[in-house]
Amino acid sequence: MDVITHGAAPLAPPISRSGWLQLTPLDRRRLVNFKANRRGYLSFWLFTILFVMSLLSNILANDRPILAWYKGELLFPAFVNYPEEKFGGFLARTDYRDPVIESEINTHGWMVWPPVHFSYDTHNLALPTPAPSPPTWMLSKSQCEIAAAKTLRPGQTNHGCADIEWNWLGTDDQGRDVVARLLYGFRISVLFGLILATISSIVGVAAGAVQGFFGGRVDLVLQRFIEIWSSLPQLYLLIIISSFLTPGFFVLLGILLLFSWVSLVHVVRAEFLRARNFEYVNAARALGLSNFRIITRHLLPNATVATLTFLPFILNSSITTLTSLDFLGFGLPPGSPSLGEILLQGKSNLQAPWLGLTGFIIIALMLSLLVFIGEAVRDAFDPRKNFG
Amino acid sequence: MTDAPLLDVRDLSVAFRQGGRETRAVDQVSFSVARGKTLALVGESGSGKSISALSIVRLLPPGAQVSGEARFDGRNMLTVDDATLRSVRGARITMVFQEPMTSLNPLQTIERQIAEILELHGLSDANARRSRVVELLTEVGIPNPSARLGAYPHQLSGGQRQRVMIAMALANKPDLLIADEPTTALDVTVQAQILALLERLQQTYGMAMLFITHDLGLVRRFADTVCVMQKGKVIETGEVETVFSAPRHPYTRALLSAEPKGDPIVSDDAAPVVVSADNLRVWFPIKAGFMRRTVDHVKAVDGVSLIIREGATVGVVGESGSGKTTLALALLRLIRSEGPIVFLGDRIDGKSVAEMRPLRRDMQIVFQDPYGSLSPRMSVAEIVAEGLTVQRPELTLNERREIVAQALTETGLDPATMDRYPHEFSGGQRQRIAIARAIVLEPKFVVLDEPTSALDMSVQAQIIDLLRDLQRRRALAYLFISHDLRVVKALAAHLIVMRHGKVVEEGPATQVFDHPQQEYTRALFAAAFRNQVESLS
Repeated sequence: MDVITHGAAPLAPPISRSGWLQLTPLDRRRLVNFKANRRGYLSFWLFTILFVMSLLSNILANDRPILAWYKGELLFPAFVNYPEEKFGGFLARTDYRDPVIESEINTHGWMVWPPVHFSYDTHNLALPTPAPSPPTWMLSKSQCEIAAAKTLRPGQTNHGCADIEWNWLGTDDQGRDVVARLLYGFRISVLFGLILATISSIVGVAAGAVQGFFGGRVDLVLQRFIEIWSSLPQLYLLIIISSFLTPGFFVLLGILLLFSWVSLVHVVRAEFLRARNFEYVNAARALGLSNFRIITRHLLPNATVATLTFLPFILNSSITTLTSLDFLGFGLPPGSPSLGEILLQGKSNLQAPWLGLTGFIIIALMLSLLVFIGEAVRDAFDPRKNFG
Repeated sequence: MTDAPLLDVRDLSVAFRQGGRETRAVDQVSFSVARGKTLALVGESGSGKSISALSIVRLLPPGAQVSGEARFDGRNMLTVDDATLRSVRGARITMVFQEPMTSLNPLQTIERQIAEILELHGLSDANARRSRVVELLTEVGIPNPSARLGAYPHQLSGGQRQRVMIAMALANKPDLLIADEPTTALDVTVQAQILALLERLQQTYGMAMLFITHDLGLVRRFADTVCVMQKGKVIETGEVETVFSAPRHPYTRALLSAEPKGDPIVSDDAAPVVVSADNLRVWFPIKAGFMRRTVDHVKAVDGVSLIIREGATVGVVGESGSGKTTLALALLRLIRSEGPIVFLGDRIDGKSVAEMRPLRRDMQIVFQDPYGSLSPRMSVAEIVAEGLTVQRPELTLNERREIVAQALTETGLDPATMDRYPHEFSGGQRQRIAIARAIVLEPKFVVLDEPTSALDMSVQAQIIDLLRDLQRRRALAYLFISHDLRVVKALAAHLIVMRHGKVVEEGPATQVFDHPQQEYTRALFAAAFRNQVESLS
């Protein structure tokens, strides 16, 4: 059966792939299925908006202006560190919130500020009440006037709440704006969760695939190792390790990764054990395909539904592990924005319910959205729904 | 006794609603079963015969919308309350299903399972129950029944499990037995025994039977009246004799003439040998004890020698578990074996996986189940082209697609459908895809492992014609495995009969078929051909 060369019309129809993503018909149907799940689709967009917002934290909530025009020069204070010398001061790092610097720049140019003038580590020096200070919209007029009086120059009229910087969700017990901390904290949590879930899925799927495909002694040895490994008390180990390693983002990621890859292994292994004797896998062997190709082309797709079922929970557990470590004080270094730290503050400042409530609502919202999205993705990939 | 039929089904329709679409599985079906008589529902898979039967006892999955009426002894079973329905199910109407492995609870002894039905329908004395269970097991022919009471389903053979199912069905002396393909999953010799059992029991108990099957031979032998179904409709109904001797509907005629026909291509003894094996053995070790020492072997294939020549077919027949498939996999070096295998003049039994890879181009396999042998996640073009990507990596995508299109054309498929997915094709078309995948590499040797067993009768004949045609055009060597002797007869010129891993008998097909030498071969042929011979006579 050699290729026809004598000019006959080709028998094969042209390849039909449409859309900018070049989707195959099967993927198109999955996309349609995903969109048909209203709750999941809505959750997806809501989560995307929140995630993009948090990625843009630096230009949404910052104590440095995004753009500044000073003495004929365009500056990007949010991204570039200009020493205060430039504006006539002496500090290594310019505090743009300082009234002196502010008026200096404003007299020689202009500044474009982010909507929230606080970064996650900015202390609001003009608090209306002792920290933690409630959301500004909860303050009484007299409280606002006292706060406004601190920043106003003598002689200016005091308009109360209109004259002070708003802390939409109040401040924590160190006078830091909760909105800013929430944005940055959300970003760290989600990124941490995504990276951890991705890497541990890759490792877990690979380990499960090897175990299930080769079986026998490889399976036996790895399985016993996993049983011993996963019965180690994770949290104690984490606490011990974090006592002699400075816990940073990547150190924590590494430590958690040591344990989290195990969760997918069993599922993938079971799927592989089931599928490796399928006739189409045997057919692929008879065609002379290598083990690697059989695994990637024929067996992994079988494991996708099982993997996707677990993925939202792995993602969520990664996020909650980081949150709980922060809550216990073994997580990210002190001062880092994190959802767990907001919860901890809520717990130690029960008189300031906005801290605990904010933390609770945002964590519950994030975890629910992720589970809804995960469910929709799983259903979209479920072959029983596709091949009814 | 009245003249009214025991079961009278009028205008039965069943529809399934899924995602806003409504599929009519059964459409305005009417039939009736008289007391003590047998009605056969015949049709290909998907024709709605099982669904019609299940809807009579309201065993359909939720979501099915049933209309019409099914009067059993005067009462409409589709509308009676649940308590009445339960008193009828298992007592007056009982069922035997196709798959004896899954219809029995693997965690309970057979005594408990049979006794449960007796207890549910009023036999409260434990001793009476036990003696009735023993009586029933004796009746269905389980040897030494009182010793087997504590047996679990996995300790019984497939035929014995089906006998237990029948015992359960008979426990309360039903008026109507619904038998849904009761022998399809069994070996031919066992099939014959089960059918004889059913026949005898029907006479003793005087019960009516609703017999669902796709096998026309069984209908002929078994039923009084027959309903032929196609796509949810009854297209022909009548006395068995009338329908078989003078079928009115073209579909019935097609069904009746769909038996695999034709003669095998007579091989040339001088043709070059493609594959030969000498004293081939596949022994699986049985390990026991703490040190996992090998104490014994399961001898799946035990000393088989064969020679397959270019353009010729060697048929391998035998019951399930006789080592047919293992032999084929060993010849293709897909499992470990001992003994020399010579392929195209080359010893291949010592070659490594990597050394075998280029040879795979010349040896291919087609499996039994066209649903299991095609990956549901790949398009037809991808499936067929997969071997090309490994064996002829120099081809461009478009060249590959062109070759795939030619292979599809050759197997009788429209190449325009090559970008669809397997689930969009029927069973017969899927088997054609599997054949296209095997021949696209232009092999010299193809193993056909029960390629027609999962297919409907009319499709079987087409596939056999296709295989014979391909063999003629390309001088292919086939190793044809089947338990269906009719199909083997149409394709194989040389026959090997296997039992327990050993060759029982071998020789030219005509000779083996006409003058079987061994007792086992005769039993096998008798079981397989009795139905057919009767239906042809």
